[in-house]
Amino acid sequence: MASGAPLLELEKVSKRFGPVQALDRVDFAVHAGEVVGLVGDNGAGKSTMVKTIAGIYTADEGTIRFDGEEVRIKGPQDATELGIATVYQDLALCDNLDVVANLFLGREEVAPGPGQVSRQLDEANMEHQTSDLLSNLAVTIPSLRSEVGTLSGGQRQQVAVARSLLGEPKVVLLDEPTAALGVAQTQQVLKLIRRLRERELGVVVISHNLADVFEVADRIFVLRLGRAGGEFDAQQTTEEHVVGAITGLGEKDNGGGEQAERAEVEAEKREEER
Amino acid sequence: MSETVESAEAQGPEADKGESNARRETIRRIVQGDLASLRVVIGLALIWIIFQSQNDRFLSAENLTNLGLQITAVGLISVGIVYVLLLGEIDLSVGAVSGLAAAVMAVLNVKHGWNPYLAIGAAVLVGCAIGFLQGFLFSRFGVPSFVVTLAGLLAWQGALLQVLGSTGSLNINDPKITGLANTFYSDAVGWIFAAVAIAAYGAVLAIGYKRRRDAGLAAENPTSLIVRFVLVAAVVIAAILVFNSDRGLPLAILILVGFVVGMEYVVKMTRFGRHVYAVGGNAEAARRAGISVNGIRVVVFSIAGTMAAIGGIMAASRLLAVNQNSGGNELLLLAIAGPVIAGTSLFGGRGSVWTALLGALVIGSISNGMDLLALSSAVKFMVTGGVLLLAVLVDAVARQQRQTSGRV
Repeated sequence: MASGAPLLELEKVSKRFGPVQALDRVDFAVHAGEVVGLVGDNGAGKSTMVKTIAGIYTADEGTIRFDGEEVRIKGPQDATELGIATVYQDLALCDNLDVVANLFLGREEVAPGPGQVSRQLDEANMEHQTSDLLSNLAVTIPSLRSEVGTLSGGQRQQVAVARSLLGEPKVVLLDEPTAALGVAQTQQVLKLIRRLRERELGVVVISHNLADVFEVADRIFVLRLGRAGGEFDAQQTTEEHVVGAITGLGEKDNGGGEQAERAEVEAEKREEER
Repeated sequence: MSETVESAEAQGPEADKGESNARRETIRRIVQGDLASLRVVIGLALIWIIFQSQNDRFLSAENLTNLGLQITAVGLISVGIVYVLLLGEIDLSVGAVSGLAAAVMAVLNVKHGWNPYLAIGAAVLVGCAIGFLQGFLFSRFGVPSFVVTLAGLLAWQGALLQVLGSTGSLNINDPKITGLANTFYSDAVGWIFAAVAIAAYGAVLAIGYKRRRDAGLAAENPTSLIVRFVLVAAVVIAAILVFNSDRGLPLAILILVGFVVGMEYVVKMTRFGRHVYAVGGNAEAARRAGISVNGIRVVVFSIAGTMAAIGGIMAASRLLAVNQNSGGNELLLLAIAGPVIAGTSLFGGRGSVWTALLGALVIGSISNGMDLLALSSAVKFMVTGGVLLLAVLVDAVARQQRQTSGRV
C-alpha cells in the first residue's frame, strides 16, 4: 500500500515533561493510503506522540516533515492548516445538536443573499454536503437531523471521523476509535477506517485492542517507554511478536526489535555527526 | 466477521432506510421537542377554560388585551433569559437591571429634560453595559454566573435607589415614553399588520420548502406545512379580532412579538445562534471547534442585560412611573420561570425564544385569572410556585429519559 515518500515523517522527535522523557528520539512515518496502528502499553508515549503531531504539544527536539517539507507545528491550528485532523477519544460532539450541525460546528456555511448580513445558516447546503459525505463513506445514520445524543456509540464515532474529513485533511489521527464499542459497531468503525485508506489518506490508529489493529492496519508501530519499540508488517507478524515488543520481552527473536535497535544505532550515529 | 456486521445491521434500526426513518424521526421530534410546546399550549387552554368557567369576564376582549399588556415587560426580560438558559447559565440580576434602566431613563427625561428617545437609548445602553460587565466577570475569571449576577442583583438595586435620589419615585409624563405601552392602533392598521405577518410567514415557509427541494433533500410534507400556516394565520386573525373589539392592536404587543420573532430567528437560523446552542450543549466541543466560547458568553449576557432594560422601560411606560420597587418583587423569578415552564431547559442547550412568550402567557394568565377571582397574594404565590415546580420536574424527568434512552 505504502508507496513513495511518506506523507508525514517524524525524525528523532523527543518530548520531555520535567524529569519524564515521554518521547525519546522517535522516528515515525505514515504514507498516503496507509493505515498505521500505533500500539504500546500505558505510558509508552502514544498520546504524547499524537498530541505532538496534532500541535497540542511542541516537540523539544527532532524534525517533523509533511509532504517532504520540514514544518514547525506550534499549535492545533498549524496542524489543521497542514492537513492533519485528529479525532480524540471523547469525540467532542454536542449531544443537543443534530448530525449536520455537529459536522459543520465552527465552520458553518452562510446562506447567500440578504441572509449574509445576519450570517444566516445555509442549512440546505450543509445538509446536502453531509448527505454526500456520509454516503461516500457508507456511514448509515437514521436521520441527519437526529440529535447526536440519540445515536449509538459507533454512529457517534463515525460522525466524529466524518467531521474530521470536512477540512479535507491528508492525515487523520484516531485516538482509540473502537474503545467501548460493541462488536458490530467496532466493525462499522473499522470499515470506515478502510474507506479512509481508499481515499488515499494517511491514517494513524491508536488502540489497545490488538485484534482491531491487526484487522485494519497495514503496519504496526510499537512504542515502548517513549522509544520506538519495533515496526511490523501486519500481514507477516503475529500478535505474540507485537505483544513481545510492547512488553519488552523476547525482543531478540523478532525483526521489529532489531529494527528498533538499528534505528537507535543510526540515531546515535547522527548525533555523533553533529 | 463481516457477516456478523451485516446481520447486526439488518436487525439494527439503521437498516431501515428512507421514508420510514424520516417518519420515525418526525414522530420522535414531535414527542421530545414540539410536544413540549404542545403540552404547554394544552395547559394554557385548560387554565383559560377553568378561569372562564369561574368568571366569564376572563376571556373578554378587554381582559385579554390587559393580559397582553401585563405580560409585555416580563416577556421581554424572558427573551434575554432564554439566551442565558441556553448556555446553561443563570442571570439573577435582570429584575434589578430592568428597574435601574427604567430609573435612568426617567431621571434623564424628567429631571434633566433629555429627549425621550435619547433617554430610552441611554437606558438600553446601561442594560447592555451591565450585561457585558457581568458576562466578562463570569467568563474571564470563571466566577459562577449565579454568584456574579446575585452580586449584581444587590448592587443594581442599590444603584436604582441612588439614581432615584431622595424622592424615591418619579412620574413619567412624556407622551413618547408613555405611548410605548399605551398606544392602540385602529382596526385597519391592525388588519394590515395581520396581513403582512401572515404573508411573511407563508413566504418563509414556501422559500424554505423550495430551497430544500432544490437542494435535493427530503422536504417537509406540504400538508403539514399548510396545517402550520393555517394554524398561525388563525392565531394571528383571532388575536386581531380580540384586540379590535377592545381598544385595538397595542404597540406593546407588537414590540414583544417583534423581539420574540427577531431573537428566535437569531438563535435558530444564524451562526451566532448555533454557537449559543453548541456552548450550552458541550462547551469543550465548541472550544475545540474553534468557537470563541467566552465571546459567546459575553454577548449572551449583554443581550440579557439589554432585554432586561427594554422590559424595564416598557414596565415604566405602563405604570407611568418609576419607583424604588421597580424591577423588584417577583419579576425576576417570573421572568425565569416563564421560559422554563414553557420548555426551555435549565440545564442548557435546549429551548427556544418562543417559550419566553408562551411562558409569560401561562404565568400571566394564572396571575390575571386569580386577580379576577380576587384571590389573596398568599394563594397566588403558592399556585405560581406550584406551577413552576411542576414545570421544572417535567424538564428534569425529560432529561433523565434522554440520558437513559440516549445512547442505545
